[in-house]
Amino acid sequence: MSDVIVECIDVNTHFGVHHVLKNINLTVRPGETVGLVGESGSGKTTLGRAILGIGPVSSGRILFEGQDIAGIAPRDRKGNAASIQAVFQDPYTSLNPSMTIEDILVEPIAARGQASKVDATAQVRKLLDQVALPSDAAYRYPREFSGGQRQRVAIARALALSPHLIVCDEPVSALDLSTQARVLELFVEIQERTGVAYLFVSHDLSVVRHISHRVAVMRGGEIVEFGECDQVTANPQHDYTKRLLLAAPVADPVRQADRRAALRALAVGA
Amino acid sequence: MSPASSAPAPVSAPGRVSIVRSVLTNPLGLIAAILLLLVIVATVFAPLIAPFAAGDLQIFKINAPPGDGYLLGGDGSGRDIFSRLVYGAQNTLIGALIALSVAAIIGVTAGLFAGYFGGRREVVMSWIADGLMALPALIVLLAFYQSLGSSIHVSMVIFGVMLSPGFYRLTRNLVNGVKHELYVDAARVSGLSDMRIIARHILLVIRAPVIIQTSIVAGISIVIQAGLEFLGLGDPSIPTWGGMLQDAFANMFVVPTAILWPGLAISVTVASFVLLANAIRDRLQQGNRVAAAPALPAAVPQSVGAAPTDAGVLLDVRDLVVGYPAKSGWTEVVNGVSLQLRRGEVLGLVGESGSGKTQTAFAILGLLSTGGRILSGCIWFDGRDIANLPESEMQKLRGKRIAYVPQEPMSNLDPAFRIGYQLTEPMVTVLGISRAEAKARALKLLARVGMPDPNRTFNSYPHQVSGGMAQRVLIARAISCSPDLLIADEPTTALDVTVQAEVLELMRDLQAEMNMSVVLVTHNFGVVADLCHRVSVMKDGRVVETSAVKTLFADPQHDYTKMLLAAVLDDVTPRVYKPLQAKEVSA
Repeated sequence: MSDVIVECIDVNTHFGVHHVLKNINLTVRPGETVGLVGESGSGKTTLGRAILGIGPVSSGRILFEGQDIAGIAPRDRKGNAASIQAVFQDPYTSLNPSMTIEDILVEPIAARGQASKVDATAQVRKLLDQVALPSDAAYRYPREFSGGQRQRVAIARALALSPHLIVCDEPVSALDLSTQARVLELFVEIQERTGVAYLFVSHDLSVVRHISHRVAVMRGGEIVEFGECDQVTANPQHDYTKRLLLAAPVADPVRQADRRAALRALAVGA
Repeated sequence: MSPASSAPAPVSAPGRVSIVRSVLTNPLGLIAAILLLLVIVATVFAPLIAPFAAGDLQIFKINAPPGDGYLLGGDGSGRDIFSRLVYGAQNTLIGALIALSVAAIIGVTAGLFAGYFGGRREVVMSWIADGLMALPALIVLLAFYQSLGSSIHVSMVIFGVMLSPGFYRLTRNLVNGVKHELYVDAARVSGLSDMRIIARHILLVIRAPVIIQTSIVAGISIVIQAGLEFLGLGDPSIPTWGGMLQDAFANMFVVPTAILWPGLAISVTVASFVLLANAIRDRLQQGNRVAAAPALPAAVPQSVGAAPTDAGVLLDVRDLVVGYPAKSGWTEVVNGVSLQLRRGEVLGLVGESGSGKTQTAFAILGLLSTGGRILSGCIWFDGRDIANLPESEMQKLRGKRIAYVPQEPMSNLDPAFRIGYQLTEPMVTVLGISRAEAKARALKLLARVGMPDPNRTFNSYPHQVSGGMAQRVLIARAISCSPDLLIADEPTTALDVTVQAEVLELMRDLQAEMNMSVVLVTHNFGVVADLCHRVSVMKDGRVVETSAVKTLFADPQHDYTKMLLAAVLDDVTPRVYKPLQAKEVSA
């Protein structure tokens, strides 16, 4: 096994005249979480979709375990690259409302022709167990579950093909605070158990800091800073990262007042 | 959070079985279904039901009155009207089925592909559809009748093609609505082919409106087919309702009643299809709404206690209960909330979704969603109880003394009007000042909320400014009439974090400058820590804890508050990466 599972090399994407990804270079190691943080329009989701094969790549290479998967649709990918999975932001629209949980979980398995129908059903039990949902959930519809439970179903679906990489696009942004913490714990627990790597896209630096080993900060289609998590979040080098860090209010009135002053000073200095 | 989204919604939505059942429990739907079933039974078992063959004629029963073996009498050629009605049903329905199938297969297939793939394919197909729609159907049918002969089946195939744009446009629009849903992306990531995504994910989700359209088009096909037969464009040897109508029309002065039977058959069948479609549509639109509001709990207590005596208290909410009508009685979403807000104070109302924080805010504004009511308790605002105040009275307060900043700035600006108009209009109405004066004030306000070029923003449409700018505009509008109380519902949740910091800064400055009281509804403890003086923590419609902001974070009392604060992700130690051995990766 090489020490890198995904490597983006000079990836560029254009939407018409808009240059939305500019020379992206990024690596993810096996079993690692790389947080991708940025504001709306920074290109973080576009990069995630390019790696998933559902978004365009204009130039550059995306190597997954050595093979170039840039611009190749998921159904045309071979080997382990075919098992790259996703967990999306909104658990209310990422599950088809007219399918049962079992149908949803069997779908990726059936699509890859990996198991017979009977095996797939047994697999569904195991998947639900992995995300701490009761096995009778299989016969119910998404609408019968809360946001946090739906996101667990979405995670179970992502695990169905035993992927080596899951691209998580804002997977906890739509959840309540306490639910968010539990779902993040589940992500960490699954990673420690299976060794899956995450590319974790989020606008929320505190979430990214919680789950990531390394963090990339994006702005205007570029990665402005990429490094170890504590380095980027505690001692940022780039001005934008500093501002991003100070802009998020912390749950402590005394410290928040200090940060506010620091942010103001930074704005004046800029 | 919008009032609609936070209103209680029972967790069951229309499914396939429940649609069938609820359509049948709708009286009109049930009648329509029974009548259609009768027509279909007549079609299938025609030889068993009809006493005579369709062509049997008895010369002495020409235009005979009902009776003597002929249940509904004889027609102009001495044939049994009842038997011909039964056989006619068969031919009429087959004709309609042909038109319907052709229209649905062409229209739905083309709509699925055009909608899903888009691009040039969609443009070409839409041109064809528009072209077909522009053709006058009846003239086309007559032209084909001239060149292809008297087969009604051929005419119905052509008519089906003419009807297909209706299905095409409906399906394409529906597909455009669902193709960007995340579950379609998830299916693509799972490796499904486009065909399987269309079949499994798209067709399944859009089926209901297509079924409704099918039912309506079935009715139209029957009418058109009968019309063609009536004009004599069918095969006279085959009994159809339209043909019978023609025959009865020819003999109208001899037996006026004969025209009744085919006419009734056509109208009842067509009406049944339309009613069935309506029943399905009603069911889908109604969702789980409750038809009638249940009776109010006995004796709604008004004005509990007296007005607060302390003049420093601007808002005093006591034992507020807000309910929405449910299947049995009322669902209480706010359950005995008490709050006090002093002049110039910022009160945070914090909680998770479903805690009732937004509903409490909307109750104070008098803007509960449809059906919502203040069931008991009172809201003292500046010495006056405004709970359940008539709408006309509430309107005098809102905008002038109580202002509101929403969560989604874009959806709270009307895209059809310039920002300037939307800013000046409330000032002209509420303050009664002239337009010129309102404009001068609006420009000053826009400059105050940090617009770099107030004139340009004044003349812009909402889509021309960013989300952060739009929120500044809404803040400007909220403070334009110098309100005493500002209610802000998640005012920065939809904004980027750096923009959020700027908007919070602006709100803090304005609050201090104008000495406004603010109720800030939020789920974000960071925003609370940044802006609030006091905080009320809500859970399940109740306030579990109210403290000064520093006390709340330093020394939370309630277990729920402690749990929430523990879930805040500030100050975590970063994870340490341990390189994996190859065998550890689950294969």
